[in-house]
Formats: sequence, C-alpha cells, structure tokens
Amino acid sequence: MVKLTIDNEVVEVAEGTTILAAARRAGIRIPTLCYLEDVQAIGACRVCMVEVEGARSLVASCVAPVSEGMVVHTNSKKARAARKMVVELILSDHTGDCQVCDRNDDCELQALASDLGIRDISYPGEKSKRIVDDSTPALVRDTAKCVLCRRCITVCADTQSVGGIFPQGRGFATVIGPAFAGDLDDIVCVQCGQCAAVCPVGAISERDHVQEVWGALDDPTKTVVVQTAPAIRAALGECFGLEPGTLVTGRMVTALRRLGFDAVFDTNFAADLTIMEEGHELLTRLKEALTGEGDVALPMFTSCSPGWIKYIEYFYPDMLDNLSTCKSPQQMFGAIAKTYYAQKIGKKPEDMIVVSIMPCTAKKYEAQRPEMRDSGVQDVDYVLTTRELGRMITEAGIDFVNLPDGKQDSPIGLGSGAADIFANTGGVMEAALRTAWEVVTGRELPFDNLHVTPVAGLDGIKEASATFTDCQPEWSFLEGVTAKVAVAHGLGNARELIEKIRAGEAAYHFIEIMTCPGGCIGGGGQPRMTTDAIRKKRIEAIYKEDEGKTLRKSHMNPEITQVYEEFLGAPLGELSHKLLHTKYTPRTKV
Amino acid sequence: MVDKTLCCSGTEEASEEELLCRLDEVIEEYKDKPGSLIPVLQLAQAIFGYLPESALKRVALGLDKSYSEVAGVVSFYAFFSTNPKGRQTIRVCMGTACYVRGGKQLLEALKDKLKIEVGESTPDRELSLEVARCFGACGLAPTMSIGEEVYKRVRPAKVGEIIDEYYKKHVSAKGEAV
Repeated sequence: MVKLTIDNEVVEVAEGTTILAAARRAGIRIPTLCYLEDVQAIGACRVCMVEVEGARSLVASCVAPVSEGMVVHTNSKKARAARKMVVELILSDHTGDCQVCDRNDDCELQALASDLGIRDISYPGEKSKRIVDDSTPALVRDTAKCVLCRRCITVCADTQSVGGIFPQGRGFATVIGPAFAGDLDDIVCVQCGQCAAVCPVGAISERDHVQEVWGALDDPTKTVVVQTAPAIRAALGECFGLEPGTLVTGRMVTALRRLGFDAVFDTNFAADLTIMEEGHELLTRLKEALTGEGDVALPMFTSCSPGWIKYIEYFYPDMLDNLSTCKSPQQMFGAIAKTYYAQKIGKKPEDMIVVSIMPCTAKKYEAQRPEMRDSGVQDVDYVLTTRELGRMITEAGIDFVNLPDGKQDSPIGLGSGAADIFANTGGVMEAALRTAWEVVTGRELPFDNLHVTPVAGLDGIKEASATFTDCQPEWSFLEGVTAKVAVAHGLGNARELIEKIRAGEAAYHFIEIMTCPGGCIGGGGQPRMTTDAIRKKRIEAIYKEDEGKTLRKSHMNPEITQVYEEFLGAPLGELSHKLLHTKYTPRTKV
Repeated sequence: MVDKTLCCSGTEEASEEELLCRLDEVIEEYKDKPGSLIPVLQLAQAIFGYLPESALKRVALGLDKSYSEVAGVVSFYAFFSTNPKGRQTIRVCMGTACYVRGGKQLLEALKDKLKIEVGESTPDRELSLEVARCFGACGLAPTMSIGEEVYKRVRPAKVGEIIDEYYKKHVSAKGEAV
C-alpha cells in the first residue's frame, strides 16, 4: 500500500494506482475528458492535470501513478489555471453550436466548460477544416466537433479489433478518421457505433432518422408499425433520468402509442421465431455432421448481430458457411410484418412502414442491405436507436416517467422470456438451448432456473457443455453426444475465439457472437455512457424481465405456433427459407 | 500470383505488377519483425518513388494492419508522399524576400498553369510543384527553379511562357502538353 496526501486528505491505495483513481476513492473529483473508465487512460487531453509537490511540471493524473509520501493539489492556482486554459484551447477549435447539436445537454465538453466556469474563449483564430462524413447509413462524423480524445480509436482498434479510424495527418491538421481523412464507407467499418457510444461530444453519432419517422406517422396512406428490440426496455428510462436497469416495457409501449404508431409490436416475437429457425438449423447441421449425411460447417455461429456479420464478411470470409443462415430478429420481424400481418389487415407491403427501435447503429445498415427485401419492398423502413426514440418522446412532450403501462398488440407482439434475454451476452445461447434441449430430450434444460450461468456475465469469452441423454427417438443420434458451446461479446473477443478455433486449440458446435461489449444492452445506440457497472444493471434488469414471465421458452409462444400454423408451415420450410433466411457477402480487408 | 523469377527482373521501366512483386519480397522479409511498418513504408517508397494506394493496401494486408492505421502513419511523416513525383521538380521560393516581392502570386500562377496543387505532379508525370525556402538569390527575387535551372525576377504573367518553353525544349514530342 502507498500513502499519499491529496488536497490535505491522507489517502492509502495499492501500489500502481493512478492519482486520478486514488482521488476518486477519496471522494475527490478531478475533471477529465479523454479518460474513460474501463476503456482508456492515455493523458491526451491534459484536462486532469494536477500539481504534485516537487514535480517539475503539472502531471496528468489519469496516467501518473501514486508514490509514497506524494503531496497532490488538485485545485491549486496553477492546476486550475492550466485546466481552464486547456479547455479554452479545445473550445477555440470546436464548433460551438450547442443548441442545435444532438449532444446538447448530454455533452462532456459542454459540462466541463460549465463546471470550470468558462465564460470567454480567449483564443480566437483559425479553426480546423470541417469534414462531415455521412457516407454510411448508420453513422455521421463531424470533425468540427471532434476534441481528438481518441476514445473512438481505442474502442474501434482494441475493443472491436476493427481499426477503422486512426489519427490522420499531424498537429493542427490532425483528423480522427478513416484512411487519409476519407469516408467510413470506403474503409473497414462494421457500423457498430461503439465509437459513437464513447464520443464525449457530438463528433460521431448515429445518422438521425427521426424526421423520416415523423414523416411516416404524418402520412395517412401508410400503416406504420413499430417493433422494439429486447434491450430497449432496460435502457430507455435512462434518457429520462431513471436509474440504469429500470425496466420500462409498459411505459415504452404507451409512449409509442402516443407517438401515433398504428400498432406496437415486439422484436421479442421475432427473437422467438429466430430460436425456432436457428435451433432447427443447428440440430439439422448436427444431424448431418454426426450421421455423415452431408458436408456441413460447424461450429455454427449466431447471426443476430449485424456488426458481427459485417465483421466476419471482412475478416473471415472463408467462414461464412459457419454463419447461421437465419436473418436477425429485426429482419425476420420486417419480413413477417409486411407479408403475414399485411395480409391479415388487408394491406399491401408498399402501404406499410416498419419502424424498429434498436440499441444498435448497425441495424440501420442491416435494414438497407439488398438481401433484406423479401416482402418485395424494403422489409424494415427506418431504424431508430434508443437515443433517437428518447429524443422523439421528449420532442412530443410526453411525460415518460409518469406514463401508465401499455401492452403490445397481437399477433406479432408477444415474446417469451427467452426472447428478452437476447439483449444480454449469452442470452441467445441460453434461449436456443432452452428450446433445443427440450426438442431433443423432451425434458427441460437442466440448469437452475433455466439460466446457463457459465455463459452469462461480462467475461469476454465463455463456454459451456452438456451431454444429451435419453434422447427422443428421432434424435437418437445425439445420444451421449456432449454439445460444446461458446459465447463471445465485443469483436476483439470474437477474433480471439475464432483464432483459437482456427489454430485447432478449441472446438465447439455452436457459438454466440454479439458485436458490442455486454451484448445488445451495451449497443452503440444506447444512452451514453455505458460503463461496465451500467452494463451489469441492464443485464440484471433483462434477467428480471425473463424471470417475471410464465412464458420463458420460445417454442411455447402461442403466437409463434400461430404463425407457423397459419402462414409459415414448419421451421426451415419453404416459406421460412424465403422470408427468414439470408446469405452473406465476402468482403476484403482493404 | 505472377511468377517471381519473371517479374522481379529489375528492369528500368517496371510495371506496377513488378513493383508490387518487389514490395511483396520486402513484406515477406519484415512481416514477423516488431515495428516493421515504417521501414517497410520507406522501402515501398524507394521502390515506387512514392506511396500509391495499391502499395499501401498491399502493406496493410501483408503486415496485418488496418489500412487506416497505415494511412495515419503515412500522413503523419512529411517524408512519405502519396503523390507521384514528376521527372523534374519546380520549386518556388517562399523565403522572406521572394515572398514580399510576389512569390505567392507566382506560386498561384504556376498552380493555375499546371492545374496542380503544391505536392502534386502533372498528369504526364513531367513536373512536380514544391515550395522552397531561400535559394540564396534574394537580390533576384522572386525566384523559382525547374530542376537545376533557376529563374530570376519572375513575373506571374511570364509563368505560362516559361512552362511552354520547358515543354518545347524537354518534351518536344509532346509539344504543349499542359
């Protein structure tokens, strides 16, 4: 342990602790900007500078380790003046149109300037060249707002192992962006939006589709239906000041109705549908592999997460056969809404608008993939992130916190608890196992409270196995087979897992990959900032939602039975193949 | 893949495919060494004379680096150039004396005539345009040079004539190419 003094308080911390961490432990707040807990500490912005007695100059507290007997002043005249100057310099090259910025009131730089009492920016002069990049359907970059903090670079290169953006050029001309300050569309970008999720300012955000959705709602010739991803209900409340992990399912439904949607459905319905299709696909692949009937690719990877899809298309195009052919729940919903539901209400697909509320920016990209038009028109028209829905509700003047609970419409609005947990890392795996195990053995999945705990939680790569016994006659080839599964979240972990498999160091039958750390609850479109502590709270809320239901298995969902009876026939049937399955495109890394 | 024994013959006017082939050999030699990006880029620039996109993408793939990271390094160091060099370089002096006597207007006139920016070269790869600091001929300001030849007291209006003259003398077969 090391003993030091910070602002006249004696603090004792472990060796190697930074001054910033030591101060926080003692309840002393040092302002920061580029620092982000769990993500980055690089001392780039110099906002966290403090005075250390005996040191030649001020030190960046986020990277400077403590030492025995150190005397730190976080608010000395010198530290205050330097901090203020640093923020004024950043502001002098920042487009300050706060009132019309999507980060207004949710901006770390704005808050910092306010906290430090900055009333005048005393450095007039040249501003960096502004580049606005709206080349992708998911994200918009505006370099005039960028503070060069490098958080986006760290998550893109390290957490996600993509490396789409790096500093380009040098000095005053530095641009944080794709190669040669070009467009995101021209480089390897999976559009996961983790860059936008960590941006302290408005330099990277989702491409806003709120106006398009208002336009659809205002159009009397269109029937506008909405689906909400499982992860929204555990995070939307944060847009209105509710504690992270507050479940707002009922209030969300009421808010969507008040916004004017003709029907409020649930992506959870489509998540259950995914389990039916993907579960049967897995069992079919296992059957073909074990009986030697066919040449099938194993392990099978889940295909719900569009950032992951683009990632494997770029980095492991030779493994596309290992991807489940199932569309994601969002896209299954769109295809079913514009066919089955449209027929039910006597509408043509072109007279229907499907809006998705997603925790994800890559879903915006996925919706406009050319493969996603199996209803004859684009199956999902507009995708809003959780943040955009929050803004829309605010714009409509809806008092979200005090709304009464509402209930989703039928017949494509009911979801099981298994669908809820699609939001969490490990959740799709657990949901699939709840159904597959029961199909094969006729018995319930032998885990406490149906939770496959070895694959839950925030460890980067998780695995589990279970041996099939007393199988139903048609699945007898699985008798005694030990099914091995793995789960990874965050694309850096996905890469690590795949490299292990390719090196022959690990082998599995089924693997769940989610693009974002924590799964969809930590998606690039969720309320900012998502720390591990917040991830855990949202994950807990989702498990609570699941446990609160009597319907906890996808194959028990009566609306799923209904859609197969009335429309689809059987899982993996002809119509399922047309509407619910897809194919992938190999891409190159450069 | 082209057969290396055929393509890496080292002839003077090597095709891009041949140059990329030489680059592949460099990458092969360096790819497992830590910190190899900058030396490989230096060698690539020596092979191509500059760093074309095709070479940078080959380096990114070969060293298993992101293309944006490679581009970031290339655009950080002034030593690296992504523009091909012309056969000759025009340098316009921007030293104090030349600057105050119209060096900037001279540069503008050249950009106008050649239709290129500083650091670029003409589409026929004959001339590159650079800015220079003091030729030591301040009494003759403003000055510029094409290759070894220095031009003194150049009025912007005369720039067209100088370039045309250069082309007549050195690129006669092409005539007034720009």
